[in-house]
Amino acid sequence: MDIRSFLDQDQKKDLLRLLTAGSVDDGKSTLIGRLLFDSKKIYEDQLAALHRDSKRIGHAGDEIDYALLLDGLKAEREQGITIDVAYRYFSTAKRKFIIADTPGHEQYTRNMVTGASTANLAIILADARHGVITQTKRHTYIVSLLGIRHVVLAVNKMDLVDYDREVFDNICNDYKAFVTQLDIPDITFIPMSALKGDNVVDVSGRMPWYHGKSMLEFLESVHISSDRNFEDMRYPVQYVLRPSLKYRGFASTVFSGVIKKNDEILVLPSRKTSRVKAITTYDGEPDYAYPPQAISITLEDEIDISRGDMIVHPGNLPKIDRHFEAMLVWMDEKPMDPDTHFYIKQTTNTTKAYIDTINYKVDVNTLKKSAADHFLLNEIGRVVITTNKPLFFDPYKKNRNTGAFILIDPVSNNTSAVGMIIDRYNGKNLNLHITGVEKEKIIRGESLVKTKEREKRYNQKGETIWITGLHGSGKNELAYSLERRLFDMGATAVLLDGKSIRSGLSRELDYTTQDRAEHLRRIAHISKLLNSQGIITLCSFISPSENIRNQVADIIGRNNFNLVYMDADIDFCRKNDKYGLYKKADAGDLHYLPGVDVDYDVPAKPDITLDPAQEEENIEIILDYLSSHKIFPIQ
Amino acid sequence: MNSYTINNLRELEAESIHIIREVAAEFENPVMLYSIGKDSSVMARLAEKAFYPGKVPFPLMHIDSKWKFKEMIEFREQYTKEKGWDLIVYYNKEGFEAGVGPFTHGSKVHTDIMKTKALLQGLDKYKFDAAFGGARRDEEKSRAKERIFSFRDRFHQWDPKNQRPELWNIFNAKVHKGESIRVFPISNWTELDIWQYIRLENIPIVPLYYAKERPIVEIDGNLILADDDRMPEELRKKAKMRKVRFRTLGCYPLTGAIESDADTIEKIVQEMMTVTKSERTTRVIDFDQEGSMEQKKKEGYF
Repeated sequence: MDIRSFLDQDQKKDLLRLLTAGSVDDGKSTLIGRLLFDSKKIYEDQLAALHRDSKRIGHAGDEIDYALLLDGLKAEREQGITIDVAYRYFSTAKRKFIIADTPGHEQYTRNMVTGASTANLAIILADARHGVITQTKRHTYIVSLLGIRHVVLAVNKMDLVDYDREVFDNICNDYKAFVTQLDIPDITFIPMSALKGDNVVDVSGRMPWYHGKSMLEFLESVHISSDRNFEDMRYPVQYVLRPSLKYRGFASTVFSGVIKKNDEILVLPSRKTSRVKAITTYDGEPDYAYPPQAISITLEDEIDISRGDMIVHPGNLPKIDRHFEAMLVWMDEKPMDPDTHFYIKQTTNTTKAYIDTINYKVDVNTLKKSAADHFLLNEIGRVVITTNKPLFFDPYKKNRNTGAFILIDPVSNNTSAVGMIIDRYNGKNLNLHITGVEKEKIIRGESLVKTKEREKRYNQKGETIWITGLHGSGKNELAYSLERRLFDMGATAVLLDGKSIRSGLSRELDYTTQDRAEHLRRIAHISKLLNSQGIITLCSFISPSENIRNQVADIIGRNNFNLVYMDADIDFCRKNDKYGLYKKADAGDLHYLPGVDVDYDVPAKPDITLDPAQEEENIEIILDYLSSHKIFPIQ
Repeated sequence: MNSYTINNLRELEAESIHIIREVAAEFENPVMLYSIGKDSSVMARLAEKAFYPGKVPFPLMHIDSKWKFKEMIEFREQYTKEKGWDLIVYYNKEGFEAGVGPFTHGSKVHTDIMKTKALLQGLDKYKFDAAFGGARRDEEKSRAKERIFSFRDRFHQWDPKNQRPELWNIFNAKVHKGESIRVFPISNWTELDIWQYIRLENIPIVPLYYAKERPIVEIDGNLILADDDRMPEELRKKAKMRKVRFRTLGCYPLTGAIESDADTIEKIVQEMMTVTKSERTTRVIDFDQEGSMEQKKKEGYF
């Protein structure tokens, strides 16, 4: 064969993406090393470097340590473990391969999930001496969760069990019993010794009882093209091309199904219909396109379509919903905060989403389900998710491309979780879109809006400024001008004073000590309520006794209570008495006026003491206080 | 009966186009780094395909170390003009004026100042929030674990311990102001794929890739091209004509040639598959120290 025909042949090969799972001890790296080595992809000089490296930090005695070829990052090499997902490439005469090489330990579950997301096939390694162990089960579960349809159980280290058929058969039977509870359509068993090369590339003579293929032969021949979904046409628009007034094309990858010229199509969410006018590509205008081709299409009619819209066939719609159930894998070091409003990205669509309910989490070792209120790194479970706008999706089992999504933390921008949609979730069960956590809060009478959220919106803390002082000491002048200033500065404040409260809420109350206490108790509760909603209250009340001011502070909460004392002597107050109350009291027409016939206790520890003579300055003092205590503005 | 199979090159092509379109859709100001090499040529073709029949919505940027092969610069000018690319050429002016070069300052200093630093300056100057690079995972060990969307902080630094999970074909394009993403759309291509694709698509490449009689000086076992007056004269005098070609093209005195008769793509592929020397060994930079590429990447190099 000359080089031309070789190359012509070579470029027709298809591509198999596979995942290898197992730990260092299983001989995974040795298997991969051998596949690469024996397919002559390990270059001479890499080998030379390998010999040098092996002497220094190798773990395999005098033999070549294949693992050193594979572990990329320096720190990982020193520790002798593969931490991240590493991608390897090799090729045979029949096929091209991309291996996602992932670590096996439980703390690297997320890495394995990552590697599995793009794989068609998984090789799960088991040590012939140990058989089906917890790790084997965990790997198999993850592989099935990520929808890999072809699994090879490579029973490795057969050399250490004298190539015994019974050992192999027992392991196969154990494994078959385990996988019945999972959903993997195609399972193959291969007895192997990666170290000695048995059944890796060539069928070994040391296991005449085995009549199957070698690992490489199997990988070269396994049929994968029918794994793609050619039934349900899903074309989520990725990019709109408008090079000229004449051409308006919708560029994307065919996620699933087949799209043909002249097909009648429907656009989601608008539900407008049209026909495919042409499929345009740099290489011409094909009559049809299928996954995973990247194309662009033009339509007969002018319809407004943008990124995130989905083009489908009218008789075959995806699910369109804001609520769905999914299996979620937590990928972030930071534990899940179930109150977070994440970004969700699914196909080419990004919107906000939150986790409604956590149904359960799964112990990846035993597959046991248990209740959870949040997930930690590497934890997997079933959740209900609600999105801000409807998504167009299919169950992941039916369609990997439209059933997968990622959740992005809105603060760190990290990819916090990844998910596989099970199906839509009936919104009615959500109790008007109220989550389980929220339901409990409502029962307890707790707001669904968090204090932090309010603080962020108002740029202030909901606290009480309580102004005490004798009648005529200038409390109201201060409170009213302060309200005006705060309003102008953008603060949200409510003013409460005797006139407004006594004209309605406390109408039946008198000025006796008992009635005054009741009056102030009511005000304290109003103030507390407003504070809890993020609003600053300005309360202007004589509140004459230390005892009653303490009660008020206790109701409002000591942390939110700021006491301002108008330090005016009785002469100043008499002069400033606009209602003539002091005269009435002197004449005996009015009772219970503090400073006359009831005592006024000077506050023991006011937060601010003001001289009423200096009006303007007093406002600045309070504004300074609010700002330095981060009450307003916070930023 | 229609056939719905796809061969490996077309599958890789589709994957790359998908990545390029995602970046154009999600970032405000992307740029494609263009090194004039064969990988860049393939990447540029993929970008053209991604937006056909429209124009590619981002520019090419070449970080000129001022020590590129003459033929590369000629090729760059001709190619970008012909294709109507919007081309930015950026170089580290300070370094250039200080006379930084591989002969006088050594390969490490030269690479730091004229390549890594120049790249960071260029990215900062135009405030690019995404930069395409033509790196492949099969090139070098530390690249095997690189993401397709590789996050960089405000200082362009890469943290190998803190990479974002990357699943399916769903890419997280969220960055804060000042942060950026390096995007590697041809991550999954191998060297053979690149050559196959160049052959299949008839993509023009710099003639230095093809074997030809060229004046060569041997420096530390590397075959260095001596057709350039930036090389000291006493070295140039020692040049002998040898039939050589280049497997990779970096800065000219940092990239060694190999002796070869391969003057067509077919012969290059044939040579590649029988003569086994991995491609980066002709780049002096990798030999500085073990893990040097990883170190360079942490500092912001591609």
